[in-house]
Amino acid sequence: MTVRDALNSALDEEMEKDDRVYILGEEVAQYDGAYKVTRGLWKKYGDKRVIDTPITEMGFAGIAVGSAMAGLRPVCEFMTFNFAMQAIDQVINSAAKTFYMSAGRVNVPIVFRGPNGAAAGVAAQHSQCFAAWYAHCPGLKVVSPYNSEDCKGLLKAAIRDPDPVVFLENELLYGVQYEMSDEALSKDFVLPIGKAHIARPGEHITLVAHSRAVEICLEAANELAGKGIEAEVINLRSIRPLDMDTINASIVKTNHLVTVEQGWPTCGVGAEILSRVMESETFYHLDQPAIRITGVDTPMPYTKSLEIAALPQPSDVIATVKKLLKAQ
Amino acid sequence: MLPACARSISKKAANLKALGFLSTAKNNYATEVTYYLKPFRLHKLEQGPAQKTTLTKEDAINYYRQMHTIRRMETTAGNLYKEKIIRGFCHLYSGQEAVAVGIKAALRPYDAIITAYRAHGWTYLMGVDYLGVLAELTGRQSGCARGKGGSMHMYCENFYGGNGIVGAQVPLGVGVAFAQKYQGTDGVCVTLYGDGAANQGQVFEVYNMAKLWNLPCIFVCENNGYGMGTSADRASANTNYYTRGDYVSGIWVDGMDVLTVREAARYAVNHCASGKGPILLETATYRYSGHSMSDPGTSYRTRDEIQEVRQTRDPITSFKEKITSANLVTPEELKKMEAEIRGVVDEATKKAKADSEISMEELTADIYSNNLEGTIRNTTPFNPLEHSRIGQAVNQ
Ligand SMILES: Cc1ncc(C[n+]2csc(CCOP(=O)(O)OP(=O)(O)O)c2C)c(N)n1
Ligand SMILES: [Mg+2]
Repeated sequence: MTVRDALNSALDEEMEKDDRVYILGEEVAQYDGAYKVTRGLWKKYGDKRVIDTPITEMGFAGIAVGSAMAGLRPVCEFMTFNFAMQAIDQVINSAAKTFYMSAGRVNVPIVFRGPNGAAAGVAAQHSQCFAAWYAHCPGLKVVSPYNSEDCKGLLKAAIRDPDPVVFLENELLYGVQYEMSDEALSKDFVLPIGKAHIARPGEHITLVAHSRAVEICLEAANELAGKGIEAEVINLRSIRPLDMDTINASIVKTNHLVTVEQGWPTCGVGAEILSRVMESETFYHLDQPAIRITGVDTPMPYTKSLEIAALPQPSDVIATVKKLLKAQ
Repeated sequence: MLPACARSISKKAANLKALGFLSTAKNNYATEVTYYLKPFRLHKLEQGPAQKTTLTKEDAINYYRQMHTIRRMETTAGNLYKEKIIRGFCHLYSGQEAVAVGIKAALRPYDAIITAYRAHGWTYLMGVDYLGVLAELTGRQSGCARGKGGSMHMYCENFYGGNGIVGAQVPLGVGVAFAQKYQGTDGVCVTLYGDGAANQGQVFEVYNMAKLWNLPCIFVCENNGYGMGTSADRASANTNYYTRGDYVSGIWVDGMDVLTVREAARYAVNHCASGKGPILLETATYRYSGHSMSDPGTSYRTRDEIQEVRQTRDPITSFKEKITSANLVTPEELKKMEAEIRGVVDEATKKAKADSEISMEELTADIYSNNLEGTIRNTTPFNPLEHSRIGQAVNQ
């Protein structure tokens, strides 16, 4: 099943199950979604529950938050998260903080979703990862799924969650097919927010990644396996909460840590993981400093060769792992 | 000076044409013709732009050349996209040429422009050559942004881009106008945005400030009927975009007629430059292609609708008809010009395809005009990159 179809079925199932759930965003209804994630839902659920908005992110995100305060379960689609910056005040100041400000009275059950991170050939304003931005904010839950199973299970969990969830998809993964277990095909399938997944077990080094970077790690791990290095690949799934238990347990086993993400290094997801390891007893299990692999600390160029160089590749992971493990 | 007789003959011819009676003798070449313009609609204005205008042969040739060049370059861009040489987004301007060319014709050299991502035509009009535009589209070093910006991000003197965030250019344009006023010039900034962008909150915020502070900003809402797949009436509670500045005076303009646009733009420049504050033009136009190259553009409108506009309102065909039937320009002259344009665009396209990309070192060039970071972090901490400066920063 493709990631797109997995997301679509999660939306469909949750709308069927709970009539408070509705979708709003640009081109989500009649156009079937700019990236076709909401395909068929307008036909099935009609104008009331699948709503095309004008190009007014701040306004419709605010409406979505308000409706969540008043009992609905909005799924607010941003055509891409680049455009959610127009609305970030409503996401953080309204959605994330209201429960706290109201001393536990007004919770905000909303999902903000859409493609995040680097796409292809779309230059600086349309290619950036917001995982660290949102993860910075208490009151938000931040999910960054990788494959179809992640997407289905986590989107359903996000819609059911009583708190605001920022759900970061990846455009370049939408069309990719991943296997779905029988369990994942069921309407009752949900994955817990805040639990990482060991995408590949290994004992020599821990690779921690989210979203598309998981793929990079898996590719690298495959190649490393041919050289006798067994890397453990952790798919974070959730950036906030961050599943440090899984990460720590892995480090205790492997004694080496590399984080991999497509976002920028400064105050990034990897930076947070490394700090938490540093602050904990797990630190003593590291044989040497942990390393972050990230996007280059620059805006994204359109130039094709430079765009490739701006993002971490499997070769970066392989070289880093070999360097750390002093392998040939 | 033009011979008076030529002037009077041509004026008569045009007036007759406006009444639908034009019949000029074949050899009766005019050097200047007066045309009646498409009617304007006014908002909070006593008196609108003149309803007729005089067109010289030189200008006729110039506007035709510009419109045809834009069309030709966009067709080429579409093809390059299909060949996968242009990547990512590619938003074509075909159908909307008269808006840009008409406005440009009214600008003085020091007036400024800012627009959204449908920027190729404007980049060319503001002075970037064919190769500068096409190589930017192919992401090569001869591009006006060295291939780093791509389709949506092109810049040159008095042209502030190219912005990929719907509506974001509108406050920037008002800011450029603010700077012009601050610096004491009578320059204006033409700030273009679409019917979709017209709903963004920040647009209304700056209508207010532009009026409050009397800033020389010409807001131009290019109403091409759709914001991506959403028709204007599905997105806007009031589709009279020329009235949406409320206290900002507005003019509805037929954006398919380059002369009508020119006259409205002249009026607007005059309005701003004489200290009357902002003004809003809604130019009614149409985009032939999909929203971007990945949108077939046929699910939310009919092929018939597109065909109908092409046949009855096309800005280039109608202008050609107008200037040839008044004997300002002969069809042969235009044909020759078209062949020339095709030649130079094809030539530039070849170069834009063969050109090389900038070198890897430029990945970390020009992040800052004054870099304080030392080296720039690479994907890993092991091989940091040098920051370098390449462009000439304009604000020193
Ligand atoms: C803030 C923001 N939201 C959404 C988008 C995606 N998007 C790009 S263009 C566009 C439609 C804009 O329509 P309009 O303003 O009418 O301009 P046109 O494309 O017709 O020239 C949309 C929704 C974006 N780039 N930026
Ligand atoms: Mg439009």
